[in-house]
Amino acid sequence: MQFSLGPILYNWAPEQWRDFYFRIADESSVDTVVIGEIVCSKRAPFFAPHLAAVLERLQAAGKQVLLGSLILVSQRRERRQTEELAQTSDFLVEVNDITCLKSLAGRAHAIGPFINVYNEATGVFHAERGARRLCLPPELPLSSIAAIAAALPHAMVEVFAFGRVPLAISARCYHARIHKLHKDNCRFICDKNPDGLVLNTLANEEFLTINGVQTLSHSVANLLGDIDALKLAGVGSLRLSPQDCDMVGVVEVFRDVVEGREDANGGNLRLSRIYPHAAFSNGFLHGKAGFSYMGPLVPT
Amino acid sequence: MLPFFASSPESLPLIPAFLGNLIRPLPLLPLEFALAGVLDHIGKNHPHLLDRLGQHRGKRFGIAPIDLPIVFIVEAAAPRPRLTVMRELPDGLDVRISSSLANLLALLEGRLDGDALLFSRQLAIEGDVEALLALRNAIDDARLDLAFEIGSLFGPFAELVERLFGKARDVALRSISSPRGSE
Amino acid sequence: MIELICPAGTPAALRTAVEAGADAVYCGFNDETNARNFPGLNFSRDELGEAIAFAHVRGVKILVAINTFPRASAVDLWRRAVDDAVQAGADALILADIGLMDYAARRHPDQRLHVSVQAAAANPDAISFYVGTFGVRRVVLPRVLSVAEIAEITREIDCETEVFVFGGLCVMAEGRCSLSSYATGKSPNMQGVCSPASHVAYEQTAAGTTSRLGRFTINRFEAGEAAGYPTLCKGRFSTEYGAGYIFEDPVSLDATTLLAGLRDAGVTALKIEGRQRGRAYVEGVVRHFRDALKVLEIGGEADVARLRPFTEGQATTVGAYRKTWR
Repeated sequence: MQFSLGPILYNWAPEQWRDFYFRIADESSVDTVVIGEIVCSKRAPFFAPHLAAVLERLQAAGKQVLLGSLILVSQRRERRQTEELAQTSDFLVEVNDITCLKSLAGRAHAIGPFINVYNEATGVFHAERGARRLCLPPELPLSSIAAIAAALPHAMVEVFAFGRVPLAISARCYHARIHKLHKDNCRFICDKNPDGLVLNTLANEEFLTINGVQTLSHSVANLLGDIDALKLAGVGSLRLSPQDCDMVGVVEVFRDVVEGREDANGGNLRLSRIYPHAAFSNGFLHGKAGFSYMGPLVPT
Repeated sequence: MLPFFASSPESLPLIPAFLGNLIRPLPLLPLEFALAGVLDHIGKNHPHLLDRLGQHRGKRFGIAPIDLPIVFIVEAAAPRPRLTVMRELPDGLDVRISSSLANLLALLEGRLDGDALLFSRQLAIEGDVEALLALRNAIDDARLDLAFEIGSLFGPFAELVERLFGKARDVALRSISSPRGSE
Repeated sequence: MIELICPAGTPAALRTAVEAGADAVYCGFNDETNARNFPGLNFSRDELGEAIAFAHVRGVKILVAINTFPRASAVDLWRRAVDDAVQAGADALILADIGLMDYAARRHPDQRLHVSVQAAAANPDAISFYVGTFGVRRVVLPRVLSVAEIAEITREIDCETEVFVFGGLCVMAEGRCSLSSYATGKSPNMQGVCSPASHVAYEQTAAGTTSRLGRFTINRFEAGEAAGYPTLCKGRFSTEYGAGYIFEDPVSLDATTLLAGLRDAGVTALKIEGRQRGRAYVEGVVRHFRDALKVLEIGGEADVARLRPFTEGQATTVGAYRKTWR
């Protein structure tokens, strides 16, 4: 079982962004790292100055680097950036929108979790056109994951195993709306919430997380208790999505459980210390409501 | 029990209170008998109606017109749907529906859009929302014409009764602020 | 002449749409293959055959939506839907899943295919992928685009475009939203339902009427306050900055005032949402847009307030077509 670090979804300070990847390169055993601003094209310029150094450091550390594409591409500028990305030959591109599929056809690429691969026929379609890795949509149940993996013996099938779960993308920015700002003049207000803005129901239950144009779960996906089932299903890699916590530690916990040095209960306990107050969930995998959690005890 | 209601029932198109008072002292059995006949007739004329209810066949729907002193309980069981008339809705129903009689009649004939009534808070529902949707969709597809259904029970007087009921219905419906109106 | 595409959840609604002036009616089978898989709704195989015969005699087209994403290991159910719709004489299939489009294009090369709004083809490059790969003839554009962006798209692509002009409004990019399955386990993409009725409950509390979806409170209405569907994206929530409609108010889309702009943008067809609605809605909305198109031809302006009673929250928006939030 391999591990990949998903792209940072939140608007972190550029130096924090850079140092995060430096530390991953220097200290983490993660196999693959997905880089790139995939949520909001307006944020990308802030990270650009540090990109070369980060890529170099990660490669020097032996990490496989994927470049993630923007989730929702509509403006001309975004199309141009996406097309440029698709022309990259130094790194594998992880496709998050249909936009760059045409230019990538026939060349090796990765399919990200924002492309709708719900069944084996669609998985095979992408594999035949050059997809080497597929990170499946987080809402898929285990039975679907197993069927897709069985049909793709030569591709690396990956599932979303840790982090707040991306649930929706919009043309509209909710950080801007909440702060009564226009999207074009948003003052990058989403940088106030490096782990997303918590959204509660009127009954005061924590429910969702707002991240600019993206909406994520409030609960944190945690598949530590499902690792045997995932192995059996033919999953080859677990995607760990960066939250504002010690991600080096998160990778370590997952690796320890996968490699049998720790059981899932012990892993959960360690995760709860690394990322306090996280409500875990794995309902999607079990074909239940996504927020629900079934499996090993979560320490309180 | 009416969770989804507009501020004041006065804003709904209601039948005059004296009509309600007229009905109040009447025995329910004859009415129940007559309505059961209508329901039976509808069941025979529209066999697909029960098909569309699917897994919700057999559920019990309580219907409470807010401007009548009586309520109806419909059990959409195959092969024959059952109808009971009571003074008030009992416990243990799957769905409770409440609105003015005119709105309910218009819904029954598909003349009003159920969602539109909900949005404007003129319809109150409680209980199994899925069963209610199934019923609404099944009824909407059946293109019921109550005047015809009732009239046809009267053998040689069918046309006369149909015409009389049709007139009465149209008067009742005229009171409704139809979404087709220009307000 | 711009086409008017109308919804039908039942055979009766389909007849109503045809009689009210639809150029084409879209509908789906009564199973999880379509994105309005609601109780009591949709068409059996026989009903679809009869509907197509009824419509074709009157010069109206029938488009069959098979626009959910096939469940793994059950792909045949969706392929059968494609085969049966072709067999029944559907004028076009509205598809969302790439694997299913691939199947339809290979198996039925002469069948006209439309890209569903669920396929998230939001720009010319994405649309060109569908046109180039599967030979699709039309794309239903996501409700995230402005009129200017639509005009730009139609200039660049080699297929027809269809846009929504009225009805329920997805706030999130369609076909890419798991909010419903996060709260209920059922999603538009997989089960063809958003915020399913089976998980909706209304209850009376001291503070008013509360609507809940599964475990979560979606909204609370004071007495007399206009309401909307209990969908997550139109619920009332709170953050540290206050409570309210965080994503969108309960409103419906109404692009009546933008018809001229959409026509000038090169749009082929206008679509009315609402296969879950009753005959009264279909009749009222289809007739309104048929009239509005007639008025448009002679350069007049249509009555815009006419459809308000049909709308969520008794209010309308032009949505992304005019991006006031930008």
